[in-house]
Amino acid sequence: MTTLTDTALTALRLLTDLDPLLWSIVARSLWVSVLATALACALGLMLGAWLGVARFVGRDVLLTVLNTLLALPSVVVGLVVYLLLSRTGPLGHLGWLFSLKAMVLAQTVLVLPVVTALTRQCVEDAERNHGEQWQSLGAAPGLRSVLLAWDERYALLTVLIAAFGRAISEVGAVMVVGGNIEGFTRVMTTAIALETSKGDLPLALALGLVLMSVVLLLNVCISALRRWRQRLDGAGADPVQGVLV
Amino acid sequence: MSPVLHLDAVSVQFNTHAALQGVNLQMHAGERVALVGANGSGKSTLLRVAHGLLNVSHGQVRVAPEVRQAMVFQRPHMMRTSVLNFVVWGLWLQGVAWREARARAMQALERVGLQDMAERSARTLSGGQQQRLALARAWALQPNFVLLDEPTSSLDPHAKREVERLLAEWVAGSSVSLLFSSHNLGQVKRLATRVVYLEAGRVLADLPVDEFFNRPLGETHPEAHLFLKGELG
Repeated sequence: MTTLTDTALTALRLLTDLDPLLWSIVARSLWVSVLATALACALGLMLGAWLGVARFVGRDVLLTVLNTLLALPSVVVGLVVYLLLSRTGPLGHLGWLFSLKAMVLAQTVLVLPVVTALTRQCVEDAERNHGEQWQSLGAAPGLRSVLLAWDERYALLTVLIAAFGRAISEVGAVMVVGGNIEGFTRVMTTAIALETSKGDLPLALALGLVLMSVVLLLNVCISALRRWRQRLDGAGADPVQGVLV
Repeated sequence: MSPVLHLDAVSVQFNTHAALQGVNLQMHAGERVALVGANGSGKSTLLRVAHGLLNVSHGQVRVAPEVRQAMVFQRPHMMRTSVLNFVVWGLWLQGVAWREARARAMQALERVGLQDMAERSARTLSGGQQQRLALARAWALQPNFVLLDEPTSSLDPHAKREVERLLAEWVAGSSVSLLFSSHNLGQVKRLATRVVYLEAGRVLADLPVDEFFNRPLGETHPEAHLFLKGELG
């Protein structure tokens, strides 16, 4: 009990003293995950919206693969990206292995199926419910996918927040491709794993608290978004379903 | 005079369910045709086929080149936008420049009495107001052929009367063709010039409105007769 109390107190001191090592790890984590989420969203929103409206041969197979990728273990993503970026891999000439770029790439690959699949589901539901009303106005499938995604923008914001949550909390992929190098590729999750194994529990706990705070902040954002949308749309509108709630 | 809409032996199949079976229908400019029948008789499918939202399994659909269609749905989807932009979007999708679309949208809102709510969120409107807004958007598109899928079925009596009044005003003295489905036979009497009775995807009666309601149908159209007996008591 004393150990736990002492650890917690030391962890809090590290946070309040603005320990440079701790906050540099936090900043690196946020940078990598924000960038990866932005890249995954840029591609995943378009791809998901298109998949929600388009009908073509092989679509069902593609959706099955996409939904399977939702459960992709992050360590497997790390392994695949490692193989791609390794000296003998097809992207080896980039020299990205054990760099932040490799970590961003790995997290992007990890989060892309999440954004694509959730966007696809959201837009497909909208298409089923009122796609024909857009079609009636002359919106072809391509334009309709954009309009439906825009009309569902508050629900899609929740998807973005969920994607960021997945990115910042994963450990396997960034560990494999980043190498957990101190002051260079060490992020919150890899640092927690390492410090725990070393027995430096206060730093691990402090990082854990920051990580939890980030996830908590995301949920607060979702709640605020839901209230804002309800106010905007009137009491009768459906609330945004919080993905992380 | 050539028809503005011609359905020739049209069938629509949804997996094993035949939604329409060999439907023949011709409409001329200015006609107001009501589709009546029980739920699942094929009214909505026929409207969607006529509007080009559904492909037919067999048969042909011909729409005259001069026809400009607009459709009003039973439950219009309220986009997450203002009342004014709800109409503007519809016009913009038809190729009308945004500035001109705003002017035309305001006129349409005035016509349905929603001009004071132009900046409000479309989603905050009541059911009746939403249907009036859908009518405004359809009206702004300046169609000469309007399709309506049970436009008043989800409304309270006051909103029903209001929407029906606007529709009557719209078509009065104009050459706008109207193809609508309704369960409200009083509304059919007031708005239609012709009634098409559907059952299990087939057209079993196609008569002028007076004949449909006032002529004994027992021998010539027994199914329509039974339907009317059931509906009117």
